Amino acid sequence: MSIEVRKNFQISQDSDYILKPDSEEEVSIIVKDLYEKNLPAEIIGSKSKNFIGNKLQCAKILDLSQLSGVVEYLPEELYIKVKACTPIAEIEEIIKKNNQQLAFEPIDFGYIISSKSNKGTAAGYLSCNFSGSRRFKSGSVRDHVLGFRAINGKGDIIKSGGTVVKNVTGYDLSKLVTGSFGTLVALTEITFKVLPTKDSSSTLVIHEEDKEEIAKLFNNIQSSSNEISGSVYVPKEPIDKKYVQNREKIFKFNDLKNEGSFLAMRMEGSKKSIDERIRDLTIELNLKSKKKSFLDVHQSVLFWEKINNLEIFSNTQNCLARVVIPPSKCIDLMKYLGSEYKYYIDWCGSLFWIEILDTSEEKLSTFKDYIIKMTGYLTIIKNSENSIPIKDIFTINETRLHLSKKIKESFDPKRIFNPGKMYRNI
Amino acid sequence: MSELVLPKVDESTILNRNKIVSKLKKITKLENVLDHNDEIKPYETDALSAYKQKPLVVVLPENTQEVSKILKYCNEEKIKIIPRGAGTGLSGGALPLQDAILLGLGKFNKILEIDFDNKCVTAQPGVTNLSITHAVQHRGFYYAPDPSSQLACSIGGNVAENSGGVHSLKYGTTTNNILGVELVLMDGTICRLGGKTLDQEGYDLLGLVCGSEGLLGVITEVTVKILKKPQTVRAALIGFPSIEDGGNCVTDIISRGIVPAGMEIMDKALIEATDNFCKAGYPRDAETLLIVELDGTKSEVDELIKNVSEIAKRNNSSSIKLSNNEKERLSFWAGRKAAFPACGAMAPDYYCMDGTIPRGKLSEALKEIKRLSKKYNLPVANAFHAGDGNLHPLIMFDGNNKDQLKRTEEFGAEILKYCVKLGGVLTGEHGVGIEKRELMCEMFNDNDIQQQLKIKKSLDEKNLLNPGKVYPILRKCAEEGRIHVHRGEEKFPDLPRF
Repeated sequence: MSIEVRKNFQISQDSDYILKPDSEEEVSIIVKDLYEKNLPAEIIGSKSKNFIGNKLQCAKILDLSQLSGVVEYLPEELYIKVKACTPIAEIEEIIKKNNQQLAFEPIDFGYIISSKSNKGTAAGYLSCNFSGSRRFKSGSVRDHVLGFRAINGKGDIIKSGGTVVKNVTGYDLSKLVTGSFGTLVALTEITFKVLPTKDSSSTLVIHEEDKEEIAKLFNNIQSSSNEISGSVYVPKEPIDKKYVQNREKIFKFNDLKNEGSFLAMRMEGSKKSIDERIRDLTIELNLKSKKKSFLDVHQSVLFWEKINNLEIFSNTQNCLARVVIPPSKCIDLMKYLGSEYKYYIDWCGSLFWIEILDTSEEKLSTFKDYIIKMTGYLTIIKNSENSIPIKDIFTINETRLHLSKKIKESFDPKRIFNPGKMYRNI
Repeated sequence: MSELVLPKVDESTILNRNKIVSKLKKITKLENVLDHNDEIKPYETDALSAYKQKPLVVVLPENTQEVSKILKYCNEEKIKIIPRGAGTGLSGGALPLQDAILLGLGKFNKILEIDFDNKCVTAQPGVTNLSITHAVQHRGFYYAPDPSSQLACSIGGNVAENSGGVHSLKYGTTTNNILGVELVLMDGTICRLGGKTLDQEGYDLLGLVCGSEGLLGVITEVTVKILKKPQTVRAALIGFPSIEDGGNCVTDIISRGIVPAGMEIMDKALIEATDNFCKAGYPRDAETLLIVELDGTKSEVDELIKNVSEIAKRNNSSSIKLSNNEKERLSFWAGRKAAFPACGAMAPDYYCMDGTIPRGKLSEALKEIKRLSKKYNLPVANAFHAGDGNLHPLIMFDGNNKDQLKRTEEFGAEILKYCVKLGGVLTGEHGVGIEKRELMCEMFNDNDIQQQLKIKKSLDEKNLLNPGKVYPILRKCAEEGRIHVHRGEEKFPDLPRF
């Protein structure tokens, strides 16, 4: 660090409780100082997802948004190395030029908060590990992180992984850090795997109300060798003024018969192959007598964007929960939800996004217990407006909590980073 | 081999052997505790057979409760313990210590549940990789990671090592294909990580445990994802007049948006060795041979294989063969799968290295290996998982010649260091184990290693679980051994290795 930089850095540190380093080295110096003074800090990037998790009140804010920009992009090596807070939209734009993509399909949480896109930063995605519709086929964020650099809670610069997919050298800390909500390290650099975008995509929509039939279709889709890369079920909206009635408006497509509930499945590849697969699937899934819609490439791409933008919950005032269950339990949860809840199902029956109106502790804990009994888990993504804070945002059991505490201690012994963001005492 | 430094021997444990044996006999059945020299001998090494060490005693527990009791006892009495699956590991990860109990998981050999509704199989850790596929293939499913030792290697060992295979570019390695494990910690705590859901909430402890080489816990149950078999699989066998052309072709294929299921390169030395060994029908005039395998729906595969052969022609291919049926496809692989025994037939001993490099650096890496081969005056043949950058040079030597042995070790270490220099890593799929332990500082600095050791310490405070593996003991980058095969006396010589 030059004398000038050091001076400015010192000033900003003294005069402001927002610490805004612009290099890895500075982050390290700041954290060493926080460690020494025992001062906890909330880590932020673009703040697109910092509404998720327990609210924090820390002595300092560690704003990493200055750590932005592509470090190295080698399309033929299928990776992009970026500074931690490089906007995801920027990464997508750059790799798109080479017809590549982040195959985990980043979810855009901007719409549920402000009705407009705000994808946030690379580090934010890594910290949350929330993946889009392609998850059941292509893996989640954690499967696309090849390596990282970061500062641990003592201020040491550490790294793990690399730029290659096949790597078993040392513990796979990329996995551990992904989904840790900034409670283990302050990320400074991330290497993502990138993959080619398929030539074309199309979506076949089945209009179906029978829940048993939906569950059966999900199961058969997962058993199919026709390579379906997205499958969602969007039920009718409940007639209740407490929900924003926007389904019809959002899924307004020329070729979509917009009446009642529907299940959509996406195929990606060459046009010829997609046509063949649709013919195959019609027989395999017994779709001949079903009411169908077919979305061509333009409508299909837009359709899945709307799904992954959570546009159906756009600007909602209500509590939003994310529930993951074993796919075979899909039918049970659908029946539990009945027609009272506004929800949709992604990941071919495994992921439910649900709006919850009654957020009383009793109601939520009954619901959570039910999900745990199904061996699933529930995360409160967003609380309803003006309501009291929800006690447990995440699901965990005692043994894993005990283990997680040990892991936290090994990275961040003084609980400097985002203390309590996920669980108490972590 | 060079003298191997192992953790300091605890003499009191050795003196207490009888007491330990009788305690183990109280925890599990008498016949599950092996304490006679003849019974212990088969456990003295894994597939890195250059290193041998008899354990204090071998115990073969039958259930999770027994594993938990054994670990708890060891933790309380400060006794070291080495977990072992099928013993097919190539980096010495299951090498015993003379003052350690060897915990064999061979009795955990049952598939517990086949769940087609959730597309997963739950198996005990001693179940072999291939038998999972065998259990579900009647309904057209399979388990994707396919290490070439899949006939014998255990799923628990696969999790410990994060095993790969030839298809990891498209399908990932073990870590991308498991949903959950049951794990016993050193203090005896039994915990479940993951289950049947995609992802888990909270810290990804499953991801941490996968590939941790038996240092963090003992796996007693594994739930793996199963996939539907692709409709069509076809392969192309392509010869090139130079390494550069072959390497460029690989880069070109990826750059054009094709992600093959598998992509393998062999150099001239290996083409000749394997063709002599099993008459694979490979183009002997080629300097480089590329096998590209594509899978998916029929029209997609047909189209892609056409594209691949066009890309190959543009990159000066000297010969192209496309498989039209399963028999032809398998014949393309026959030579490649015989790479290890073919080298075994050419020299009394060989070492197999396992570095990963960026795909585009292939010709650079091969040129350097060629230069080193001259420098050390030792022949080398190269197999390369070109799809995912995993390089397996096979150095041929005579182990009875001390000078050759020393040169081989130095040669191997130089290759791995060069892999790191090119932006790659020390090990792609064989693990660090005992073998590459002292090379870790080529890739990691003290901060990186200290962070990993802190994680280890948080779960195994007294460093009793598989000590002496993965992390440097010498604290200097000493050149240690690689897979050492003496006169074909490799452990499991029949297993394909690549």
